[in-house]
Amino acid sequence: MWNRKKDEELPPRPAPVQPAPVQQPKEGIPMSTSPNRSFEPPSQVTSGSATIGKAVMVKGQIYSREDLVIDGEVEGTVDVQEHRLTVGPNGKVVAGIKAREIVVLGAIQGNVEAADKIDIRKDAKLVGDIKAARIVIEDGAYFKGSIDIVRAEPVKQQPISQKAPQPPAPLAASASDKR
Amino acid sequence: MFTDRLKTILRGSSAGGTSAPSATLPRPAAGSGIVTGPAYTRHSNGLDQFFTSLRGQAGLNILDFAGASQANVSFITNLGHRLSSEDYLRSLEITFGDEHFYENQDDPLQAEKFLHDNLNFPEGHFDGALVWDALQFLSPPLLQATVERLHTILRPGSNLLAFFHADEKAAQVPLYNYRISDEKTLLLTPRGSRKRAQFFNNRGLEKLFHEQTVKFFLTRDSLREIIVRR
Repeated sequence: MWNRKKDEELPPRPAPVQPAPVQQPKEGIPMSTSPNRSFEPPSQVTSGSATIGKAVMVKGQIYSREDLVIDGEVEGTVDVQEHRLTVGPNGKVVAGIKAREIVVLGAIQGNVEAADKIDIRKDAKLVGDIKAARIVIEDGAYFKGSIDIVRAEPVKQQPISQKAPQPPAPLAASASDKR
Repeated sequence: MFTDRLKTILRGSSAGGTSAPSATLPRPAAGSGIVTGPAYTRHSNGLDQFFTSLRGQAGLNILDFAGASQANVSFITNLGHRLSSEDYLRSLEITFGDEHFYENQDDPLQAEKFLHDNLNFPEGHFDGALVWDALQFLSPPLLQATVERLHTILRPGSNLLAFFHADEKAAQVPLYNYRISDEKTLLLTPRGSRKRAQFFNNRGLEKLFHEQTVKFFLTRDSLREIIVRR
């Protein structure tokens, strides 16, 4: 309190120097070791998503609440329930996978479940059973396993008086990098 | 037990077909002079019969040896069935290689591994099988073992659709990707050519399938269509 007046008499400070513009941080936890990585064609790059780069190997459980791109090697389980998983052309995944949408350009060995769609591109390889609402297979893709199309049930009308939806939990992506 | 059975079969003889001498696997298309044409559609009475037998049912398990394609996946899943898909010919090539394709098939260990990797399903798991022309490219012992395995994994009363080249003198036969356009129509996309392991006439096919009900369909081209009822 005894210092208050003194503080008030101080001349106004010069405006703080604006820091150099910083790039907007990308959403998620980047795990890529190759920042300039790009798939061919470039339109397949998923911006604003977590990425496991082609020189990264992960063993264990991966749980992500944002889109995930795997261009490295993963062994274990991958859970991207409400988001999109892209297995890049260099990606090798030996895991059970759950995602809303799965795009495969590389190799997957394991059972996959896509709540919406699975898209197996040319030169991709998938060995395992698929459960999905929709499936797209390009000519040239290799697939061995069973395909079970799960028809989405019509969404029931929710009463208006129901609780407001919970705000999204903080971003979470976990992986144990064993490179 | 299965190993013993397989070894017995592998020591045994063919199932009444005309066996071709062991030969190296011809490279697809290049220089064969047989398969270079464009894709074409053809009517298939066998396919019609196959899907007629499934009519009014849903949730069946169908085995498809053609390899996954959008056409087959969409067609079969739109009927409400589950599809098990694999490219049987490609699996044969991967397992037995190019150099000694048919000789390697006669190796009991390799043959057993092949069957374990590719036809390892529970008894009576499938309600129908589309094997297309794949059986032509199995050496007699492996063919016998494959037919027995198919017999095991198919539910009694289910149907199997197979194609065999009817031209006895053809040194090589064309290979196709079989894409289902509709219940009666196939789109055939050439994928090379190959010497088949053996030629079958109708009697040979009946013997191969152990006198089960075999229905033959005449075609204008030299592809013999058959439906075998398990």
